[in-house]
Amino acid sequence: MSTGPVPKPIAGPSNFIDERIGAGTFLKRNLRKVFPDHWSFLLGEIALYSFIILLLTGTFLTFFFKPSMGHTVYEGSYDALKGVTMSEAYASSLHISFDIRGGLLMRQMHHWAALLFTAGMMVHALRVFFTGAYRKPRELNWLIGVLLLTLALLEGLTGYSLPDDLLSGAGLRITEGVAISLPLVGTWITFFLFGGEYPGEDVISRFYSLHILLIPGILLALITAHMILMWVQKHTQMPGKGRTNENVVGAPFYPAFMAKAGAYFMFTFGVIALLGTFAQINPIWLFGPYNPANISAGSQPDFYMGFLEGALRLMPAWEINLFGGSGGTLPMNVLIPALVPMGIIMTGLALYPFLEQWVTGDRREHHVVDRPRNNPHRTSIGMSAITFYGLLWLLGANDEIAAFFSVSLNWTTYVGRVLIFVGPFLAYVITYRTCLGLQRKDADIIGHGVESGVIKRLPSGEYIEVHVPPHPAIEALMRDKKPVPIIAGADSDDPDGDGIPSKGMRSPLGKLRAKMSKAYGGEKIALTDGHAHGHEEHAAVGSGEDDKPSLTH
Amino acid sequence: MTDNNHDIEQPEERVPRRVIGTPSPAAGNSLLGAEEPATEEVDVPGVVLQDERTAKKGEKFAALLFVIAFLSGLGFIVSYVVFQVGDVEKTQVSNLALGGTLTLTLLALAAGIVVWVRLIMPKYSLVQERHPMVSDPEAREYVGETFLQGAKESGITKRPLLRRTLLIAAAPLGVAPLVLLRDLGPPHTNFPSKLRHTVWGEKTKDGKPRKLVVEGTGAPIRAADFNSPGGILSVVPEGFEHDLNALAKATLILIKFRPEEIKSGTNKNWAPNSIVAYSKICTHVGCPAALYEQTTHHILCPCHQSTFDAADGAKVIFGPAARPLPQLPIAVDSEGYLVATADFAVPVGPSFWERGDAEAEVREKGGHA
Repeated sequence: MSTGPVPKPIAGPSNFIDERIGAGTFLKRNLRKVFPDHWSFLLGEIALYSFIILLLTGTFLTFFFKPSMGHTVYEGSYDALKGVTMSEAYASSLHISFDIRGGLLMRQMHHWAALLFTAGMMVHALRVFFTGAYRKPRELNWLIGVLLLTLALLEGLTGYSLPDDLLSGAGLRITEGVAISLPLVGTWITFFLFGGEYPGEDVISRFYSLHILLIPGILLALITAHMILMWVQKHTQMPGKGRTNENVVGAPFYPAFMAKAGAYFMFTFGVIALLGTFAQINPIWLFGPYNPANISAGSQPDFYMGFLEGALRLMPAWEINLFGGSGGTLPMNVLIPALVPMGIIMTGLALYPFLEQWVTGDRREHHVVDRPRNNPHRTSIGMSAITFYGLLWLLGANDEIAAFFSVSLNWTTYVGRVLIFVGPFLAYVITYRTCLGLQRKDADIIGHGVESGVIKRLPSGEYIEVHVPPHPAIEALMRDKKPVPIIAGADSDDPDGDGIPSKGMRSPLGKLRAKMSKAYGGEKIALTDGHAHGHEEHAAVGSGEDDKPSLTH
Repeated sequence: MTDNNHDIEQPEERVPRRVIGTPSPAAGNSLLGAEEPATEEVDVPGVVLQDERTAKKGEKFAALLFVIAFLSGLGFIVSYVVFQVGDVEKTQVSNLALGGTLTLTLLALAAGIVVWVRLIMPKYSLVQERHPMVSDPEAREYVGETFLQGAKESGITKRPLLRRTLLIAAAPLGVAPLVLLRDLGPPHTNFPSKLRHTVWGEKTKDGKPRKLVVEGTGAPIRAADFNSPGGILSVVPEGFEHDLNALAKATLILIKFRPEEIKSGTNKNWAPNSIVAYSKICTHVGCPAALYEQTTHHILCPCHQSTFDAADGAKVIFGPAARPLPQLPIAVDSEGYLVATADFAVPVGPSFWERGDAEAEVREKGGHA
């Protein structure tokens, strides 16, 4: 392609930079880096752009916010609170809302961006999980992601506490109540966090430095690492025609992907501005200053903390006193809900790639992602976890549910206590059956083709519906299905044919592994299963590429 | 593998190929280039240029959107100058003007770029090779050798004295930041004993028992005036009306009963005129248990719905709290005001490791928790 010489205003600075840092070599390799396209790849970008918006709006807020719990008498523009004694943090939050032009907008955008940031991370993580995009070589990036999610929750918690209004104080009080319940270290942690007894006068300035410096610094570093790894490993792609584990098909970074990413950033920014303008969030002036003696009914945390709130509400009263009365109090009614659900979810996420590798014995690199139906156990585990999380989240608002639907508050809790065990199990079974059903449908389409809507009358007088081959892109997508690997020796007791099971498989752990591998992996519904009853049905499938044996053979 | 037992021709022409489910993104680009009208000569494989008419249309459309973004951006700056803040209504207008123009600017800009990408830029379907992440064996071998050689050259492997003293040298430095964090907490470490006491246990400056005062107004409470059964007050200690640390432990919920309503769980000696004072701080995680249902005598914590029976020693009847709300010993002083005669018998608020079964201890001593 002839493009002519590079214009001078660009050539000059480029030359200057290249002569000093040799950027040309890097750009030569990367300007046309190919990025695959799929709507679900945009979910993580929402989180990324929300983070940038958080940095921008957050910096604005720091110019006016005073992270101090010192007392002051409010003399600002909001009439209802004039003359009220409050902390400087709360007074300055009111000042930002009512006396700084654009302050309210920035505050609301900051809060909305925070919600979008965590929500974006969550759906992105689900996309990665359900498509198996965390598999080798991307386990490290997956771990970074889990860490990012954890830090985002912490970042949200510290930020939520800063305005020092009655609602944020309720959250802080619960945080304190949970921290002090920790065995051995609980009182130490709280007295060190609050600089003495709750609430003290230190916690807001401490949370402030955590919220605007330490945690965002770590987030920024980890997000950078996340991006670099993604760049180096190249993005995964959805299965399809011409896409293999050895290539990447899509649009080049420059100019198409770059422009698209820019537009997407603007969209995210625009939607957050829209929400910040028209959807009121956290109207702190209505709550009043924090006072540990007060609370408003219906206090709710931000959505990402809802599952912890739900767990706290759901847990029955249970406290253990070790060593008689001389200390060693274990408030299990706080410890279990505060630690166990989060522990299960975060540890489960972090370990999943490695557990799956152990169970399947699959140590190959994967760059073409799975369709969720094609790994039914993984998908079922994921849906189970979503149900577990979702129920806890929902029950974090059980008072609202009870009030809205006019049902007994106590019964929402009782039902929740049962559902939290039954729900995930049901979700597993239903998802598993659904996945197999979808696999059968694929096999059917590959085997018989698609109903064309054309009815044909045969010379014998019989009517049949004509089946045609599916769209090639769809067929390529379906044919990409590969059985989930099983470790060698799991499917038979005698892999080597010498009558002796391999050594690792003889231990109890090995036997368990073999059993799990057999259950988890393998081909549940082969694509060719669609042929089994083909002769009874009057299907007419075009010849040509359908005559090729299916990839699963 | 064809299933057509019947000799019928394929109605290829009449029946369009059906797309089932979500079409793969591949369907939209030139992977299926043969099916799409390639409008211009393709000089790079995988790059299908837009035809000039589409591009021209795109240019106009994108330009319109960019102009809207420009005008709206100007509108933002104008709004900043024109609309002042200062009260709720003014802030509302300012927020609407600033946010509205900002939103429009950003969305128009975004839409303009999308039009640019979709109507002017070519359709791409470039293919690049992937290579396994692992380095080639020579490189790995070289790195391994070099690493060992470097370690050898440095002497760290051969000279244990050097190695060990270096580790020892680093150890205190690693602990130093932790040491520095010591003063985050108070100088004393008798945290549990702090948690066991509230200001109710302290006499006032002139040596009198501390009065119960109404939260908000600070008015002391005359027992004779608090006389309608079912009445409830949020109460704070006299002299500490604005001390948040004191309030976080000492806030009370004060309830007036009919004498016959009080059950055995409540200490009647601490209930002058059938007025009972419980800690308002929930024993679950410390929210104020602020809701009271008169007919059932239930105190409910709005955070996690722990429910306590106020008539029966505030015992837990529902929810995650494991212990009753402690009852404060109160009496009527010579002037007729409600005062605290002593501190709570057990620590108030959430449980902590050192707390122990304080209620059992009190009962052992023959007291009432």
